[in-house]
Amino acid sequence: MSRILFFFSEAFRALRRNGAPTLAAVITTVVTVVLLGVLIPVFQTAQAKSDEVRDELNVQFALYDDATNAEIAQAKEKIEAIPEVASVTFISKQEALATLKSELSDKSIVEELHTNPLPASFQVTATNASDLPQIEREVMGTSGGGKPDPVSPAISNPFSRQQSTQQIAKVTSALKIVLTVIMALLVVASLMLVGNTIRLSIFTRRREVEVMRLVGATRWFIRWPFLIEGVVVGFVGGLVAILILWIGKITIVDPLSDNGDSFALAQHNSTIAFPVLIAILFGAAILVSTIGSGITLRRFLRV
Amino acid sequence: MPRIRRKKKRAPEPVRSRGRRAPIIELNEVTKVYPGGHMALDRVSLSIGRGEFVFLVGPTGCGKSTLIKTLIRELDVTDGTVRIAGRDIGALPDKKIPQLRRNIGTVFQDFKLLPNRTVYDNVAYALQVIGASRAEIREQVPATLRLVGLSTKLHNFPDQLSGGEQQRVAVARAFVNHPPLMLADEPSGNLDPVTSIGIMQLLYRINKTGTTVVVVTHDREMVDNMRRRVVELYEGRVVRDEVSGGYTEESTTEFGMRMAAEIGVGPGGERKTNGHGHSLAR
Repeated sequence: MSRILFFFSEAFRALRRNGAPTLAAVITTVVTVVLLGVLIPVFQTAQAKSDEVRDELNVQFALYDDATNAEIAQAKEKIEAIPEVASVTFISKQEALATLKSELSDKSIVEELHTNPLPASFQVTATNASDLPQIEREVMGTSGGGKPDPVSPAISNPFSRQQSTQQIAKVTSALKIVLTVIMALLVVASLMLVGNTIRLSIFTRRREVEVMRLVGATRWFIRWPFLIEGVVVGFVGGLVAILILWIGKITIVDPLSDNGDSFALAQHNSTIAFPVLIAILFGAAILVSTIGSGITLRRFLRV
Repeated sequence: MPRIRRKKKRAPEPVRSRGRRAPIIELNEVTKVYPGGHMALDRVSLSIGRGEFVFLVGPTGCGKSTLIKTLIRELDVTDGTVRIAGRDIGALPDKKIPQLRRNIGTVFQDFKLLPNRTVYDNVAYALQVIGASRAEIREQVPATLRLVGLSTKLHNFPDQLSGGEQQRVAVARAFVNHPPLMLADEPSGNLDPVTSIGIMQLLYRINKTGTTVVVVTHDREMVDNMRRRVVELYEGRVVRDEVSGGYTEESTTEFGMRMAAEIGVGPGGERKTNGHGHSLAR
């Protein structure tokens, strides 16, 4: 017990007496944690948005005008049975015309039509947007090549309202990869920055470690105060950073997100919750500075 | 207080069969070759008994510091055995090295004090390391500092002290847990003659308490005056070991006499340099 107290008093003595390196380590931690705290939600939102775009992608299958309701219902069931399919929506001829009308600026074109030329259709979305071509092939019975043999006689042909379904799918998955890589690099860079600052502050005290070894201090006897120092630096740095993030959230993000949808980016439902974010950053700050201290010491503790 | 006089379970060897009487330091054919091929110690055999006061002399680069470092296992020997209190320290696992060092007080030319601790804390650290209680520390530290004559500077930091005072702190730290062996590597190397005498007297007093003291020194006058055992190293070999000797051997080589006469170093005609003449280098 008295030994634990001793280690703590040693750690705090060192923090006091090495003001400048300690301050540098704390500030580095603060900057890094704030950076991560801002960028993690931003990246997450960007990813969620690109997921959303992908979710809206779909493939449509036109139906023959003479298909009976029974045939349509049966066809719907068959399409829904395909594993990659997320949802199947029936769009009637009238609905299709209404949609077209709403999208056209010159509504007279539709007015002049005496019949409805648009077919009824199924709008099919996939669990994963990149599976859409696969679904199309399965529905049309062309997966093995050769002549189309649709799963139901009611289905005439596939068409995409978005011409670029596949391109969007590609772009969003590339975006996802890029964001993940940048995020990972940023995390690694932050860890190394904090680790390095701590190493530097210990390096300046390597003579001290040498003397401790000389009078017969065991490795752990030397190591504990340094580790506690690392924990304290991580704790203080993390605390200040979280305070800054919290103030930023209250003064900037929250008022904006109150204005309805205008700042949906920061309030997206898949964005990490603030308390969870804080907990992760805090834990990381402490862990990194502790590990940083530990690893650096290894070099000086070799007998 | 932990002592290293622990018996191993192996069959006792001749040296250890002497039990408590085993020499505190025993080197047997110790050779140390540094990476790169420089041979710092060349088959050195040496035995120092408990309670002895020994000067280790020789020119720079003769292996004195290497010898001291092998005694605290800061260096591993290339060949031969080093026994401290009958125990082969070369066979000591790394984990036991701190234990060894706690039983050997060390003093260095550059003091090696912890700069961010007061005099009191520097000395106390040696006790904290061995897990001494607060009561012990509160009793031992002031007592030891009184012994070295620094009882008025307990709360000064090392950089507020003179060189001699810093070295006294180092001596106090080395002695505070009353180790059976004390090594001093040029303790007065950075100090003026008067201060040196003070330090040497201090070491002598410590020796009187029963602690074996080994002093590496270049201080010819000191060695000559004290007339204690002198071990001289030259190019890694023990070239002289006198029970009560001077800094230089009383030889009659022509070279030594000429050197003494010409540059007036040393005690002139009365005492001459040894055959190598190197001891005049200082």
